[in-house]
Amino acid sequence: MTISLSAPRSLLLAGAFIGAFTFGAAAQQPAAPATGAAPAAAPALPPGSPLIGRPDSEAAAKLAPVAGPPLATAADKLPLAKLKVPSGFNIEVYAAGMANARSLAQSDKGTVFVGSRLVDKVYAITNKDGKREVKVLASGLYRPNGVAFHDGTLFIAELSKIGKIDKVDEVLDNPPKPTTIYDNLPKDEAHGWKFIAVGPDNKLYVPVGQPGNNVLHDDAHGQIRRMNLDGTGAEVVALGVRNSVGFDWNPETKQMYFTDNGRDWMSEDVPQDKLNRLTKVGEDFGVPYCYQGNIPDPEFGWGHSCSSYTPPVGLMGPHVAALGMRFYTGNMFPKAYKNAIFVARHGSWNRTNKAGGDIAVVKLNKDGTVKSVEPFLTGFLEDNKYVGRPVDVMQMKDGSLLVSDDWNGAVYRVTYGKPNKVAAQ
Amino acid sequence: MRKMFAFLAFAVFVSSLNAETIQERAVTCFACHGEHGQSETENIPSLGGQQAPYALIQLFMFREKLRTFEPMNDMAKAFTDDDLRGFSDFIATLPKPAAPADAGDPARIARAQALVTQNHCNSCHKPDFSGGDNVPRIANQREDYLAKTMREYKDNSRHGYDGTMAEVLQPVTADQIADLAYYIARVR
Repeated sequence: MTISLSAPRSLLLAGAFIGAFTFGAAAQQPAAPATGAAPAAAPALPPGSPLIGRPDSEAAAKLAPVAGPPLATAADKLPLAKLKVPSGFNIEVYAAGMANARSLAQSDKGTVFVGSRLVDKVYAITNKDGKREVKVLASGLYRPNGVAFHDGTLFIAELSKIGKIDKVDEVLDNPPKPTTIYDNLPKDEAHGWKFIAVGPDNKLYVPVGQPGNNVLHDDAHGQIRRMNLDGTGAEVVALGVRNSVGFDWNPETKQMYFTDNGRDWMSEDVPQDKLNRLTKVGEDFGVPYCYQGNIPDPEFGWGHSCSSYTPPVGLMGPHVAALGMRFYTGNMFPKAYKNAIFVARHGSWNRTNKAGGDIAVVKLNKDGTVKSVEPFLTGFLEDNKYVGRPVDVMQMKDGSLLVSDDWNGAVYRVTYGKPNKVAAQ
Repeated sequence: MRKMFAFLAFAVFVSSLNAETIQERAVTCFACHGEHGQSETENIPSLGGQQAPYALIQLFMFREKLRTFEPMNDMAKAFTDDDLRGFSDFIATLPKPAAPADAGDPARIARAQALVTQNHCNSCHKPDFSGGDNVPRIANQREDYLAKTMREYKDNSRHGYDGTMAEVLQPVTADQIADLAYYIARVR
């Protein structure tokens, strides 16, 4: 109870007659005499402000980060009919009612875990004999965006700590609070939420974004770390990373590929978000000196050359917010999709005509470079407004593909083939 | 205190059983938030003219205890999703708060206007501070509530829906918060 309650209490007890009380100037903050006159016009936006670098134009002033509605959309109100997949593919609702559904992970028993960013929950979608049920696995967490499953354990990434729940499938009905394994992380709100995954080296990969739109970050930011599954032995594997919210490993080369979001306010059309490939530990991907591999930052790029940094293998579009990505290794989709990458493009805010808001498919050449980037699942963007926003993708054991949508708090399932022949998962 | 709010929460519960209209149920809100949502109570915000999507986010956060203020957490505890939508839509229809008669100290207002430009408050909140969608109307909100809210965002004791305000307020000093609140409460 805060002290401020004394006022309404007296009010209510007195019969709620405001006229009898004067909470006027006396109750207000005393005028704080400011030292000095007008504040300096120097740039005083904090490192995290999304408005850093905003040009003073009327069109730019109309753009602001978009936050989705807090309530999950009811299953029968989801924009399923608006979503388009290529010929031969089908899309259905896998589960609904999970406010702000974000990153996806799956247990070996088929339970799907769903993180969130704007609420405090991790959800579990159980599946018994084709009957799916959504449970709240954990609540009271702070921006628990990231989930990863490995050997029976669910790892959960909050804003500034990593926790785990062992033997999670055995405790779905009575889950314990996550046990913290690592919390040596910055507390910044900006780009503080995390995607996590366990690599083929059995290490947990944890990104630490830049603490703002475009800042000279310190040694604790702008990177991807990896650590043992008990949180020990953390080391930095990638530098010059602005904000990666998705990665996976090439099934053939075992190299790590990750998405990285480009900076805001440079222009409508550049820089593009990147698809990066890590070929050795400690590679530097250039942020904040160089964007999209070939644009020196107008402010920080002086004295630096883009050629000093590892260029992206692919460009994902300007401001599209390329987030979750997974290699497709299943057998359900046609052969052309084998070992291709599905990338969720959450959709832009920093662009007059919104871009992204889809799942793209990235096909690779034999040498692991990008052959093509094409839209795969579209329709989340209608008349320059979102009807949904995809966040993550995940391949099911049967080769179907799950897609999370934080705008509606839902997960969809994409299948290939005649709908009646694709067994309900 | 607790009892009083428990009683009010119970009253809301009962009234929902009686299928009263939102307008009838809102009488409970007005006890603290003022007649038609024009607050005359220290540190309690005016609700009138608030952006419905923003109001919905706050009511949701109170229900889910993502925003902590016990009386509001109690009030919202039993609300259904439709209740949350109904109240937030209703709040948006209430008259927006009026600028006070007192025009304010020109020197403080000038200082605050420079801060508004410098910190781009007028981008998301719009030049007239009416807000839009998930960004709240702050024009003519109570000065004490504006200052309290900015202090709470700055020290992260009030978690925003997203982290924008926590970041934006990092370089803003206590004196500057006082000036901003003074001005935004009086803006015309």
